[in-house]
Amino acid sequence: MIRSSVLRPLCRLTVSKPWGKFRIPQTVSSPCLKATYATKVTPKLTAEAYPSVKRDSKYKQLSSEDITFFESILSQQELLQANDQDALEFYNEDWMRKYRGQSRLVLRPKTVQKVSQILKYCNDNHIAVVPQGGNTGLVGGSVPIFDEVILSLNYLNQVRDFDPVSGILKCDAGLILENADQYLAEHGYIFPLDLGAKGSCHVGGVVATNAGGLRLLRYGSLHGSVLGLEVVLPNGDIVSSMHALRKDNTGYDLKQLFIGSEGTIGVITGVSILTPPRPKAFNVSFLALENFQAVQNVFVKAKKDLAEILSAFEFMDSYSQDLTKKHVENLNHPFEEEHPFYVLIETSGSNKEHDDAKLEAFLESVIEDGLVVDGVVAQDETELQNLWQWRELIPESAQAGGGVYKYDISLPLKDLYSLVEAANQRLEQVGILGDAPKPVIRAIGYGHVGDGNLHLNVAVREYSKQVEEALEPFVYEFVSSKQGSISAEHGLGFQKKNYIGYTKTGPEIKLIKDLKNHYDPNGILNPYKYI
Amino acid sequence: MSSKGLRILVPVKRVIDYQIRPRVNKTKTAIETTGVKFSINPFDDIALEEALRIKEKKKATVDAIHAISIGPSKSQDILRNCLAKGADTSTLVDAGSQELEPLAVAKILKQVVEKQGSNLVILGKQAIDDDNNNTGQMLAGMLNWPQATNAANVEFENGGDRIKITREVDGGEEIVSAPLPLVITTDLRLNQPRYVGLQNLMKAKKKPMDKLKLKDFADLDLESRLKLLQVVEPEPRSPGIKVGSVDELVQNLKDAKAI
Ligand SMILES: Cc1cc2nc3c(=O)[nH]c(=O)nc-3n(C[C@H](O)[C@H](O)[C@H](O)COP(=O)(O)OP(=O)(O)OC[C@H]3O[C@@H](n4cnc5c(N)ncnc54)[C@H](O)[C@@H]3O)c2cc1C
Repeated sequence: MIRSSVLRPLCRLTVSKPWGKFRIPQTVSSPCLKATYATKVTPKLTAEAYPSVKRDSKYKQLSSEDITFFESILSQQELLQANDQDALEFYNEDWMRKYRGQSRLVLRPKTVQKVSQILKYCNDNHIAVVPQGGNTGLVGGSVPIFDEVILSLNYLNQVRDFDPVSGILKCDAGLILENADQYLAEHGYIFPLDLGAKGSCHVGGVVATNAGGLRLLRYGSLHGSVLGLEVVLPNGDIVSSMHALRKDNTGYDLKQLFIGSEGTIGVITGVSILTPPRPKAFNVSFLALENFQAVQNVFVKAKKDLAEILSAFEFMDSYSQDLTKKHVENLNHPFEEEHPFYVLIETSGSNKEHDDAKLEAFLESVIEDGLVVDGVVAQDETELQNLWQWRELIPESAQAGGGVYKYDISLPLKDLYSLVEAANQRLEQVGILGDAPKPVIRAIGYGHVGDGNLHLNVAVREYSKQVEEALEPFVYEFVSSKQGSISAEHGLGFQKKNYIGYTKTGPEIKLIKDLKNHYDPNGILNPYKYI
Repeated sequence: MSSKGLRILVPVKRVIDYQIRPRVNKTKTAIETTGVKFSINPFDDIALEEALRIKEKKKATVDAIHAISIGPSKSQDILRNCLAKGADTSTLVDAGSQELEPLAVAKILKQVVEKQGSNLVILGKQAIDDDNNNTGQMLAGMLNWPQATNAANVEFENGGDRIKITREVDGGEEIVSAPLPLVITTDLRLNQPRYVGLQNLMKAKKKPMDKLKLKDFADLDLESRLKLLQVVEPEPRSPGIKVGSVDELVQNLKDAKAI
């Protein structure tokens, strides 16, 4: 399936498709976004917004000797210094425009050896480093807090090898996810992970965050599909398990430690991953439901009836669709009337007729049972992509009004939506939800029902302490009381560093700290975050 | 309002989905079709949508909307979607694996128009697989009806007796008006087609679909007049180059006679 990706500035779908000598004009199938980034105003410096976090004086401030050293190993293109025109905003600011660091130096090495030289030098000289992929992370983990050096993987972006028999792809960490998927499509394979940020995020970045995304339901987590990694440790050692096989039980499975380590114990430079054959037939159906109980019932039924062809089950509440309708132009919503909940179901398989028949029988029965009040099916690829847009454009739309507080949690399915209701109630009680000038537009909920994963997004007109205090630790306490996880897939980063205790126990936290100290005794990698 | 209501015929074609990149087969005689997704020709989807809107918005009295597809038996999938969206009845002319030229299609359509008593035909200006852009024109010629091609807007005038059509022409628009009966071919800007609703898809199973074979049109000469010699891929674009300086760029542009 070819879905257009998020994160290219403005009208991302502007490329028109040639039909013979005719061209489809923009208005037909290409929704236009009114704005791509959250706030147009420059975000506050993280150091100012969070004054309690202090720069650790154990880290060296960059001197001209340091620059001279980096210049001696890197080409001009591989090294960027801040100057009067360019404060390196692109690298210092995060995707939500919620955090802003003050780094004066970005290094973009083109070889693994250079990554190793850089890290060894920084380790020897106690220079703090932030590894950065596509900078689409949602917890402030990919940008510096103070003056840390940014180590960008942007130029380490080649496919190294692909084996069309086993489906094993070996690539550099900086390869953009969508490029990896397109490369695989040429060979009849598919990347086992897909997410809205695919046009920008890196293969290494998704591994470093153990991203889940839209295909997890079908292909499982990266802990299963990643076969090997090449990692550079803070001391400059290059550790590679890139030649790993599908089955290999010799010793500890070290790569697992780096999946989801968010750049705190090593820099991932290479990834070897098992990719499945690309399904030949895709179907998408978009359903309207009366309540969250119906969402659960339809999910149970979809698992049973659609079984091996079910590849995505995403839910959205009506608020999320409201915000998206306001944000996109030229995209027909499938329903004229509003409904409390929507579900997007994707099936993928190898035999279109078989899939069609299965899906049809399933849809008929959910309608007859009254579980679903209305629904549409995509009749062609364009409609299929457009229906996906109503799910994939929610994150951008949620922050288009000024900003967004994002909580990405796991909860037992039955409690999944109660958090959104509780959050709206609380914001109302505190008196900050409503029309301008109140800061909060609305708390919305959507996510991967299939994985028990809710995205609670609080759309705001501006970031403020008042909103943050109303939500934190309220949200974390709620999740903890239901035995959920405060971070299902986005990780800890800077935002959730202090809240890990809501999900992990004391002994677990101690083990994590021990590992961090073992691999990174000088603490140069991604300080002020994670743990 | 005209004394007689509208009987709209909407011919639709099953084509390779427009999002799919077609590939030429090894013998260069046709496009590879195995395992490839097929959908309704987008222009025809627009034609159906327009017929539905005329009916729903009561722009004129519509007695019936009839969808017809001439092609392989799988074309019934797209006909079923047409019925689900709101066409009243449909006909599948099963041509098996035989490829028909626009003239043959127009001949069949002419007979169907006569049989159905249609007084308005709305169809895509072209099918995106062969890009012929002449079926509607030939049909109008054979019926001796007026035609309005590349429609971007359709309005009824004079109590429904005449139709005013805005046509897309190079660099602008042309507004024409014609009485019924009439052939209209659709352009992209005319409307945005709706989705297929599930309830309707189920109900559509009960709607009628006449199934005919090419031999039911035995009196027509449907032979192809053209012989297909070869199908070729477009030349691949040569990759871009990086230039080191503005001077080099200017020199390159000059060499390419671009400036
Ligand atoms: C629109 C949108 C939709 C999203 N949808 C999902 C979703 O469905 N599921 C999901 O799980 N996530 C989702 N995300 C967040 C997700 O975590 C990121 O998009 C992605 O995984 C991060 O990749 P990146 O290359 O941009 O990494 P960055 O943002 O650059 O970095 C993220 C973290 O990883 C570290 N890191 C990056 N590269 C490396 C490396 N090579 N070695 C070591 N450390 C590294 C960084 O230091 C940072 O801590 C979404 C984000 C956006 C903007």
